[in-house]
Amino acid sequence: MSPAAPHGRVIALHLAVVALLFAGEFVLPAYHHGVMARIMVLAVFAMGYNLLFGYTGLLSLGHAMFFAAGMYGAGLTAYHLGWSVAAAFPAGIVAGAAVSAGIALLALRTTGVAFMIVTMMFAQVGYLLTLYFGNWTRGEEGLTLAPAARLLGPFDFTDPATRYFAALALFAVVLFLTLAVVRAPFGRVLVAIRENEERTRMLGYDTFANKLAATVLSGTICASAGAAYALLFGYFGSTFATVAYSILPLLWVLVGGAATTLGPFLGTLAMYYLIDISNDVLNRHFPDWDMSYLGTVGVALVLLVLFFPKGLLGTLRQRWVVWLP
Amino acid sequence: MAFGPHLLLAALEGLVQAAVLALTALGLSLVFGVMRVVNVAHGEFFMLGAVLAWGVTTAVSGHPALGFAAALVVAPLAVGAVALLSERLVLRRLDYNPEATIVATIGLLYILQQAALTFYGPEARPVVPPFNIRLQLPWFGYSAYKLSVIGASAVVLAATWFVLARTRIGLVMRATQYDREIATAFGIPVERVYAGVFALGAMLAAVAAVLIVPISQAHYLMGADPLLLSFIVVIIGGLGSLRGTVVAALLIGLSDGIVSVFFSPTLAKIIATLAVALVLVFRPQGLFGQAAR
Repeated sequence: MSPAAPHGRVIALHLAVVALLFAGEFVLPAYHHGVMARIMVLAVFAMGYNLLFGYTGLLSLGHAMFFAAGMYGAGLTAYHLGWSVAAAFPAGIVAGAAVSAGIALLALRTTGVAFMIVTMMFAQVGYLLTLYFGNWTRGEEGLTLAPAARLLGPFDFTDPATRYFAALALFAVVLFLTLAVVRAPFGRVLVAIRENEERTRMLGYDTFANKLAATVLSGTICASAGAAYALLFGYFGSTFATVAYSILPLLWVLVGGAATTLGPFLGTLAMYYLIDISNDVLNRHFPDWDMSYLGTVGVALVLLVLFFPKGLLGTLRQRWVVWLP
Repeated sequence: MAFGPHLLLAALEGLVQAAVLALTALGLSLVFGVMRVVNVAHGEFFMLGAVLAWGVTTAVSGHPALGFAAALVVAPLAVGAVALLSERLVLRRLDYNPEATIVATIGLLYILQQAALTFYGPEARPVVPPFNIRLQLPWFGYSAYKLSVIGASAVVLAATWFVLARTRIGLVMRATQYDREIATAFGIPVERVYAGVFALGAMLAAVAAVLIVPISQAHYLMGADPLLLSFIVVIIGGLGSLRGTVVAALLIGLSDGIVSVFFSPTLAKIIATLAVALVLVFRPQGLFGQAAR
């Protein structure tokens, strides 16, 4: 992929984003440095969600189970079996791939509203299972990984700089992976399914197989984010399996712009700081209001769906920058 | 206790739960049936009803029954007004697009939770029951209030059925459900029907919440369980089918009550949720519903 390729500026743009984040390591103040590492991991979650929601047009309300599958797949093997990061991280990814394949085979038999409810129900089962096996997962309280479990060869993830670069590496890999996928014939078929599934089937494409592949890929990417979150930040608990964590990636993607490669990152960044700042400001001026993320997320969702359904980059692409992937 | 009394107790508890569940789920089912949208904020209308019931009963002095009666009137009306407002301001502007409505009602869910947290607080608070009588059953005494909840719920269900099946309002609602465009052509004000149905659905949830709040407690996060159980009931009963909703509420309420007494409540929920997801996958019209037209 050289800048001289036909879509050179697309690749240049994505490289520039990664370079900018790389520079962030050296210029960001400590607090924002830590936040940015977290945002990059969560943006991977959003990018996985975007592949299914934005490109394939399937609105899932259960992606928390894929994130949690990766998280528990990596976290539990590291915590109970003492697996190293080099083994636990792939374990999380495999767990996510297995769960998403199983769920996809069932849930893809439904469409539309039923698909949303079925995915939400399965995710709820996943959440309840993390509570039911509280002996191993410690339920809501969660588990903390010992520093020794967070070493990968010479890299120590308890060190902020290493953590930042690890998050950036995962982010960059997934960003270019989604870019490659959506520009490949497979990605074009997914968009065709979103636009008109009947017609795509009539053109001779196996829409079920393509949707299955999209769901597994999306779930596996989300699982990689979950596994990375557990190993990088050393904590995992049932909270990450709640329905809130199925709705957050939807929100991030809607804010940034569905079916844009950089939208999920932009949306995650914008929402993280919007919630952070609005809570700060409101709690300072109205200390007895008990502001939490609830109000900001709620208002953002309603306003977005009413007035701004294409999100930041979606609008940008529609109005000015048509070449944006 | 021996097995017999245990079973009776479980069945009674299950019946109380089923009664409240039937009302809540009926509200969700009506909205889905007539408007073809899923209201994810339905559980928050339930929560709002319970929180308002606490507010009204604490504001009214005198005998607890007085405050409770006031709550039974004020809370559903207030919740209906909130629902009407959100229908006007949000759902109508989205033209009831199913997916956009789900996203918008998720937003509404969070807004209502935040409002409850801000104005009511994070505590769980009890409401004094309107009367405190224990009925002596063969093996144990049982709260007469709990039994009256079952009766009250049956009355509201019957009244709803009567309105739907025997009155002009019901006829208009059914016509809208059957075919929105033909109904418009016949001069039915479809938008007003939608607004009314949305408010009515929310009010049913609020009535259910007022009835249950002397038994459980009012809390700003209490809406999640009724929402999930209502989904389960509506799906098993067949989306939009009234009779199916009541039968399924009995089934789910009773089995949940009985299973929770003998097994872990979490396991009961896991099994129920999984069963429902599989029903939706393999029999999308529900166990009692007819195949889609």
